[in-house]
Amino acid sequence: MKPIILSVTFCLFMLFSFAQSDRYAAAMKSKLSLFDSAKTIADLQGLSDAFVRIGDAEKTQWQPYYYAALALSTAGWMGTQSNDFDKDGNAQKMNTLCDKAEALATADADKSEICAIRNMAATQQMMVDPQSRYMTYGTAANNALKKGMQLNPNNPRMYYLQGMSLFNTPTQYGGGKDKAKPVFEKAISLYNAEQPVGFNPRWGKQQAATQLALCQ
Amino acid sequence: MKKQAILTATLLLITSFIYAQTIIKGTVKDNHNHPLAGASITLKDTYDGATSDSLGYFHFGTTEKGAHVISITSLGYKEYIQNVTLGSEPIVIETSLKEQLDELKAVTVTAGSFAAGDNKRGTVLSSLDVATTAGSNADITAALRTLPGTQQIGEQEGLFVRGGAGYEAKQYIDGTLVNNPYYSSVPDIASRGRFSPFLFKGTVFSTGGYSALYGQALSSVVLLESIDLPEKSEIDASVSPLVVGAGTQQLAKDKKSSWGFSYDYVNVGLYFSLVKQTPDYFRLPQFHNADANFRFKTKSGGMIKYYTTFAQSNLGIRRPDVDSSYLKDAFALKNINWYNNLSWRENLNNGWRMNLGASYSTNTDNIFQQVQDQNNQPKQFSPYTYWMNYKDFTIDSRQDLTQLKAVFEKKLGGISTLRVGSEYWYNYNKFTYNDTLRKLIDNYTATFAEASIYLTNEIAAQIGARFEYSSVINKTDVAPRISLAYKTGKDAQVSLAYGEFYQKPENNQLLYSTNVGFTKATHYIINYQKMNTLRIFRVEAYYKTYADLIKTIPIGYNYFNYNNSGKGYARGVDVFFRDKKTIKNLDYWISYSYVDTKRNYLNYTSELQPNYAATHTASLVTKRFFQDLKMGVNLTYTFATGRPYYNFMVDNAGKYFLQDQGKTKPYNALNFSAEWVPSVGKPNAKTFIVLFASVTNVLGYNAVYGYNYSYNGLYKQPIEPPAKRFYFIGCFLSWGVDRSQDAINNNL
Repeated sequence: MKPIILSVTFCLFMLFSFAQSDRYAAAMKSKLSLFDSAKTIADLQGLSDAFVRIGDAEKTQWQPYYYAALALSTAGWMGTQSNDFDKDGNAQKMNTLCDKAEALATADADKSEICAIRNMAATQQMMVDPQSRYMTYGTAANNALKKGMQLNPNNPRMYYLQGMSLFNTPTQYGGGKDKAKPVFEKAISLYNAEQPVGFNPRWGKQQAATQLALCQ
Repeated sequence: MKKQAILTATLLLITSFIYAQTIIKGTVKDNHNHPLAGASITLKDTYDGATSDSLGYFHFGTTEKGAHVISITSLGYKEYIQNVTLGSEPIVIETSLKEQLDELKAVTVTAGSFAAGDNKRGTVLSSLDVATTAGSNADITAALRTLPGTQQIGEQEGLFVRGGAGYEAKQYIDGTLVNNPYYSSVPDIASRGRFSPFLFKGTVFSTGGYSALYGQALSSVVLLESIDLPEKSEIDASVSPLVVGAGTQQLAKDKKSSWGFSYDYVNVGLYFSLVKQTPDYFRLPQFHNADANFRFKTKSGGMIKYYTTFAQSNLGIRRPDVDSSYLKDAFALKNINWYNNLSWRENLNNGWRMNLGASYSTNTDNIFQQVQDQNNQPKQFSPYTYWMNYKDFTIDSRQDLTQLKAVFEKKLGGISTLRVGSEYWYNYNKFTYNDTLRKLIDNYTATFAEASIYLTNEIAAQIGARFEYSSVINKTDVAPRISLAYKTGKDAQVSLAYGEFYQKPENNQLLYSTNVGFTKATHYIINYQKMNTLRIFRVEAYYKTYADLIKTIPIGYNYFNYNNSGKGYARGVDVFFRDKKTIKNLDYWISYSYVDTKRNYLNYTSELQPNYAATHTASLVTKRFFQDLKMGVNLTYTFATGRPYYNFMVDNAGKYFLQDQGKTKPYNALNFSAEWVPSVGKPNAKTFIVLFASVTNVLGYNAVYGYNYSYNGLYKQPIEPPAKRFYFIGCFLSWGVDRSQDAINNNL
């Protein structure tokens, strides 16, 4: 009989735990796995909505909103060349999600991660019309970067984003491969030291390595 | 063992049965019944939901049971909520979302107005555009002259808009009128505006049909909005052969207040020795300009700003006399101008906002004219040649304007707004012609109300009226203003505007007769605009009528009376296209204006095309920034067809007759400017350098703006610019302290 009791207990446990926090973990896990398979802007927007639903249902977790915004930032990078994609609207949504995440995040390191999203939102808005938007959105992107580094000097994603910004800035404007290279190197050493727990962000290592290779 | 396995399997089955799914599906449409893609469908307080596809379709399953709430959201739409009971039956939801009224999405009334400024929606020109438009030399008015609806006038300052004279366009800073927006000028030579484009974060150039908040301008208003706080503390200096200057802006650490001042000195001595001028300057033009400001944020998010500027200028010019080739007219002008503007913007309780403005300005011109002989000695005339005697005169003129203005604004549910307010102007003018002193005091009051009503994001209306009273003429008027805007598609809209506009006669007329009334213009405008961040296309047609314009009645040779018997009309089309997209790094705009206008006013003998109105005007402005060189090169080409000129003389019966008329040759100008910004993009640069150079009329075209006639009308003298070309080269430096780090620290 013992095994039956075990089985019943197991099933009840499954039911119970599903209703509780493992349900959250499972949902997050399954949605996070969709990041790699999302191929279109619409896929990413749908994924973002799914994270928002998790966040709205949980009410206390900052990560769902963070990933909802991250999905939109990926959509934003995909949409830079598209005329129909509303870049300002997308960035506005990202910032709204950042506000929600920021209200729930307590640790400085978590807030630093949110700065990375704000940096990307501002950068994407700047790229709509760099010449006339550099002063506003360029400054906003830079400020988000500085603030994120201050909140967590060991956040590799801040250095990855700084590296990207330098990489895409012409040499005569203080950017270029030579300037970006040490920053990517620093990012990678920080990525190597990073030991993310739970659903804390861990993206960017692969991209940083690819970019570093381009700097050689 | 088998038994146990079956039991376990059964239990697992039961578990999964409990999780049996209910299907929720349907379609989401927008307020026009078109499928809405990307709407988020959520079963509230669960993780379940979906996002609508490109056909607005969605479909998802849930294991939840019982009473639940489904929410559908999409950016720019109101949330849709439906209560559902989840059982075994699928749930089908077919709905269309209601649009949310949103200031960022809603249509704006654009008939008649060009928004210019930084970070503003619907911006046509930024302050950097003003500085980098070739030919403008950082003069706001000159840059606005590259927009459609304006005339290319070189012989006097001001904006001549759609058949309107220069004095029929007015400038406002932070809501209050600027009495002397331009430097005092010499006859037949236009002067610059007094204000730098970098003082302002926003400019609205209205070519007609403007808001009831503004009055006393028959044709156009330029609304300048000063910047709130500078982005950082800095010290600036400018060096050029024409002007040297220095100044500072200091931003407090908490970014809540700032102060600053600057001074510059203009002396054209060196320049005139290098570039020959046609007139003989016996007193080389010199200008001293100083300004100061302080600004601070109030506790409840309001803003108080004070700006003052003081200018002093002195010049003397000698030109050939039109009646005699042996004689010259010497003209000297000393000017002192002091301008003050205080504004207070505050959020009050219950959604009210307050805008208070006060300004005081005083302007003194000391003018002297004398006919001189070949040795520059005064020439005496007998009383028989009285027309020559009238050329010797002195004028001491002082114009003071004190103003108070209050505007209260209240949001009327959603984004509709009501504005009510009032203003008071105290005008004091003292005018001494030779030995005769005349004074003119006017108390002008106006009360106005205006509502901006948004029916949907697609339809907006602005309805207002303005009541005005002027004590000097003891007349009142009521000016209604109505405009509508309708969004016809993505980025595209049609606007309509109607308005009545009144203006007091000019001071130089009122000094001689106050037995006159307001002059009046009625505007009808239709506008189509398609605009996104990188491209703007707009076309606007208008019809204007003028009534009660001032007519001059001659009394003797140099005395006049005035009445309101003048009238006229203007109709035309303005086209504007700006494109930053087609060619990479090239920004250009094209303006074209057609105007058919006639007026019978002042000394005109019948309805005639005014001498400041060219039928066709076009401008092509190009700006190209070479990233590698950190250099921008700008070219502007302007063309205008010839303008009419007239000579009116008084016959024996004391009436004007048209003695001679003609049309000037067309006007062409190719202007060039370039800036080199070596420190751009260096985020840690301590010194920011801009080198700027410009040449107007590169091709050396001989411009003729009109003709001056001799007393007998037999000889005419062309009105030409003092030099064919104007060259400028200058170096602008700034040393800045970036306070963004402080801001970050404070926000942590």
